[in-house]
Formats: sequence, C-alpha cells, structure tokens
Amino acid sequence: MKTVYVDNNATTRVDPEVFREMEPYFCDLYGNPSSMHKFGGQVAGAVKRARQQVATLIGADPSEIVFTSCGTESDNAAIWGTLHSYPQKHHIVTTRVEHPAVLTLCNHLMKQGYSVTELPVNHEGLLDLDQLRDAITPYTAVVSVMWANNETGVIFPVEEIAEIVQEKGSVFHCDAVQAVGKIPINMRKNRIDMLSLSGHKLHAPKGVGALYIRKGTRFTPFFIGGHQEHNRRGGTESVPSIIGLGKACELAMDHMDEEKTRVKAQRDRLEAGLLAKIPNALLNGHREHRLPNTSSLSFEYIEGEGILLLMSREGIAASSGSACTSGSLEPSHVLRAMGVPFTGAHGSIRFSLSRFNTDEDVDYILEKIPPIISRLRELSPFWKRRDRSAVL
Amino acid sequence: MWDYSEKVMDHFLNPRNAGEIENPDAVGEVGNMTCGDALRLTLRVDEKERIADAKFQTFGCGSAIASSSILTEMIKGLTLEEASKITNKDIAQQLDGLPPEKMHCSVMGMEALEAAINNYRGRPVEHEELEGTIVCKCFGVTDEKIERVVRENNLSTVEDVTHFCKAGGGCEECHPQINEIIQKVQAEKGVAVDTGTDQGRPKKLTNIQKMHLIMETIDREIRPGLNADGGDIELIDIDGDRVLVALRGSCAECVASSFTLKSGVEAKLKEFVSNAITVEEVEQ
Repeated sequence: MKTVYVDNNATTRVDPEVFREMEPYFCDLYGNPSSMHKFGGQVAGAVKRARQQVATLIGADPSEIVFTSCGTESDNAAIWGTLHSYPQKHHIVTTRVEHPAVLTLCNHLMKQGYSVTELPVNHEGLLDLDQLRDAITPYTAVVSVMWANNETGVIFPVEEIAEIVQEKGSVFHCDAVQAVGKIPINMRKNRIDMLSLSGHKLHAPKGVGALYIRKGTRFTPFFIGGHQEHNRRGGTESVPSIIGLGKACELAMDHMDEEKTRVKAQRDRLEAGLLAKIPNALLNGHREHRLPNTSSLSFEYIEGEGILLLMSREGIAASSGSACTSGSLEPSHVLRAMGVPFTGAHGSIRFSLSRFNTDEDVDYILEKIPPIISRLRELSPFWKRRDRSAVL
Repeated sequence: MWDYSEKVMDHFLNPRNAGEIENPDAVGEVGNMTCGDALRLTLRVDEKERIADAKFQTFGCGSAIASSSILTEMIKGLTLEEASKITNKDIAQQLDGLPPEKMHCSVMGMEALEAAINNYRGRPVEHEELEGTIVCKCFGVTDEKIERVVRENNLSTVEDVTHFCKAGGGCEECHPQINEIIQKVQAEKGVAVDTGTDQGRPKKLTNIQKMHLIMETIDREIRPGLNADGGDIELIDIDGDRVLVALRGSCAECVASSFTLKSGVEAKLKEFVSNAITVEEVEQ
C-alpha cells in the first residue's frame, strides 16, 4: 500500500546518503575511537569530522558539541548539569508547552525540592517576554525554553530570550530538537548557553543527539564514566550514528533553502486546501511564527484517534493531540495551554512534512481527508447540533 | 498504536446502526465534549417492552465507536428487562476484549443503555455524575460511580479505576481517596489488598509509630535532596498532625523555601505518613 508520511516531527526517514555514510562503521571500521592503535584512530578522525559537520550547521565551534544518545538525554543533561553546577540556586523557569523531556524532568525535580515556574502561552501559542523577565530571580539556575514547538511548530524568540536571561544572570538552555535542520541557527550570533538537538528529527538515525555547550558555561556531566567527549559525557561513542548525524547535518545545510521554499509551499497548500474544503476546521498556533513544515489543525466535533485510524487505512501517517491516542485522558498539554476549546482540542491532527514529501502527497491527502472527516462527523452526536449546544 | 481486536476494528470501520431514530421511545445520553467522549443512544420499543430498533451517535475514539456499535447489536430484540442486565464487561467481551486503557468506552455504553431505559420508564434522566460526592474533580467522577466500577469489575488498583471510569486520570490528587474506596470494597469482599508502597501504611498509627515514621521519612526521602543543594532540615516538634521544622543552610535564605516546604516536605510526609500532615516552619 502507498505510504504518505507526514509525521516528520515524530521521526524522519534516514536519508539514504546518511545510511551509506554510516555503513562502513558497523562491520569494517568498528574500532573504538579512544584506542591507541591506528585502527581506532581512523574512527576517531571520522567522529571528529562529524563533530565539525554538526558544529557547522549551527554555527558553533566543534569543541562546543557533546554527542548524546537522544534529545531527551541532551535536555536532561543540560538542566540537571546546570542545577548541579549552581547548587545554591533552586529555581527553574520553563514554559507550559515544552516537550515531556523537559516538563516531566521539571516535575520530577519539583518533587525533590526545586521550584519551577511554568510560563503560560497565549491562544496563538506565544510567550509574554515581560512575564519571562519577571519570573527570573537571583535563585534561578536555568531557564529552559524550546526553539520550536513539536505540536504546533510555533517558534519562540529564543535569541531575544537569551539576552534577557543573560542580563538577569541565569543560564539559558534551549530545546531546539524540532528547529535544527528546519530553520537556520547560528550560535555565533546569539547568546544561548546550551542547545539540544536530536538526530532522528533531521534524517539521521534514532538513538543519537547532541548538546551544544557554549565555551565557558559551567557544566556537570550527567553520564559519569570515561573521558569521552572531553569528560562531559562518559560512554563509548555510538560511532555509526554519530557519523550519520554529521552527514545529516551537512545535508540539512544543503537543503535549508528547500525547507523554506518547497516544503513550506507544500505545507501551505495542504493547510489552505484542508481549511477550504472542510468546515469547522481551525489552525492551532501562530500562522507566521512557525516552522515551515508543520501544520496543526483541529477538526471540530470529532475525536482525533478515529481520524488517524481512517487515515492510516489510506496509508497516511500523521499524529494527533487527542487524549485517546496518547493513553492519557487529557488532550495535548500544548493545546490546552493555548486554550484551544475542547470542541477542537480532541480532534487535532498534526501534519509535519519533510523534503521527501511530494506534490502528489499533498494532492493525495487533500483528496482523502475530507470524506474521513465527514464520515466521523456523521457519527458524532454534536455535529448536527453544533449551533445549538456543544455539550449534551 | 493500540492493539485493537479485529472485532473492534470491524465495528469501528463498519459501524452498525449508526444514526438517530426519529421520534424515539427512549433516549440515553452520556458523556460530553470536555471528557473527550459522548454517546447518544435512541431506541424504538414495542408494546411488549422489546427493543425493536436501536441507533447510536458517538463522539470518541475508535473503541468508543466500536463499543456503541456492538451495543446496538446486542440489545436489539431484547426486552428492556433483559437489556438492563448487560454490563460493561459483556460489551468488552463481545468485542473480544478492549485494551485496559479503553475499558471506559464499554462503561459509557452501559451507562447510555441505563439512561435510555430510565428515560423510557419515565424516570428522571439519571445524572449519575451528580449522585454522591465528586472525588475526581478533573473528570467529575463521584464516589458512588467509582465504588460501582470497583465492585462490578473487581478492580484493585487506582490505575484500573482510571481505565474504567477515568477517575484519577488528571491531576492525580484524588488517588488517596480512590484507594480508600478500593480498600473499602475489597474489605467488604473479605479480600486483603496488596497496596503499593504509597498505600502500604497501616490504617491507624500510634503516636510513637507516627513520630518514627516522620523522622524516617525526613531522613530517607527529604534530607538527601536538601543536602545535595547545601541545605538541611531540622525536626523541631510534632503536635498531632502538625509537623514543625526549621530549614537550615542554603535553604534558610532561599526565597523558594516556602515552596520547598509545601511541595517537597509536606508532600513527602503526606505520601509516606498520613494525608492529614501539615508542615510549618518555625524559627529556632
């Protein structure tokens, strides 16, 4: 069956070029980069090159890149590592719409006695920077704000936030897992102290990420062990994945213009088409301050799981912010924080494209989705009565 | 992806009896938009109180639609008396089972059927949510409803209760109350409940036991975290359920200390000793 994959904020296809680059490092060049012999040394050279490729994509110095196992590890290492570098400070500032890698960690830290301020967002998913400034106290160890939201694609002005955080004397960590590779990032031109990225969101394999740590930033390692990564992350390097991440970063650099032209054009056509064809469909998040590939739409009066199951039968893979798909009973914390009404929050679908999507994919989705929405609305007790009352 | 049975998928993809009976003899409506699922069941009932026709409209996930669909098939041809004996377990069984997290979909089916039968008999529309006192504020679930699902499905953990009626699935503040209900029902049945760590405390502590438990909890659960940040805590006195403490070291000057006290210290003592505990800071 045909597969139309528009769930690229969940994970991406490994670019075949990335895979080819990785292949020799499994069975042939399998040495340990820490070894003294030449056989391991050539692998160390390849890891060095990958580090340079990652650094180039985000405008960093290679010495500022620490390879990790995933975005979640990068986030944990940044926040945990900063708290342990500033033991006299007990406060964390973050937002209500962060990824669970940050929010669940903050909840956990709260139980250990840290205090956490979760900043709200408005109905378009944007932050109030004055509120952010006021939340930072002399006891704030770390401020953690994402670059772009995984569900809505909404972009926060993190470079401006970095200035505020620095002025207030705290450390700024940015979860840029969804942003890296999709929009230009230049660490030389901003004051962000730490930045997380993840390989499998930009066509590298799963199981590899990186944490950028600006030179001079205090850091306590989260993984304690060997001397790898200049004593900032113990554990033998996952060499093939690191090589893959390096290559994926190089390719992302080459394709950056395509993201904001072709991918964005496809996203816009898909979004405009669905909003035009389907009544009672709403866009979640700010229309402009958004990643070029993401569109979160709410189809009112129906539930997201049903939409996904029917889409899946047509070979279309996407995500939903509905409660039923996550195993929890509450709809997406991001949509709730934005105050999306329950009529829409349960029926939200996220489309996230990549450079591997085609115009035909967009045509196919535009053809298949409207009847799916109508079919579920026919079953819904709220649809016919929508003008009268939303609640039974 | 959920591991739905073929039957669930069949009823979701090919729903039976979807729609609305015009001028129905009975209507049962449960759930609402906020909760994320709702079911409207309409019945045609003949002079012998037999269900001649049944139709449903459902807002909800795949298993909610499947539960509603199979319910209409199960009840067609039954007398109201026979139909009233159908439980949520029967619905789940007919579907060859539901994932545990989705059991509440079968409960919704049973409730809609009850509501429809009551409606036919001219009883006031039963707002079950409003009988008893609300325990789970997030989903508006009452103690009576929780007790009922525990009893009928022989549930023994809070997680089960959440799967069956959603209670406890939001902020989790009501978990201790749900536990009490489980223990009450199980005690009536004469079953000893194996409660988890946070429920494992004896029902009634003597004063000496309580003091020991408070001291132990502070040493084991609270002090290490504070020490790690250069702070410390000193137990000054215990007066009934009031625990008087002083914060030391870096905690003493910390602006977040009142927060630490409530969310850290008090929460831990409530968890490990007793819900009634309150913590106050004294300067000494």
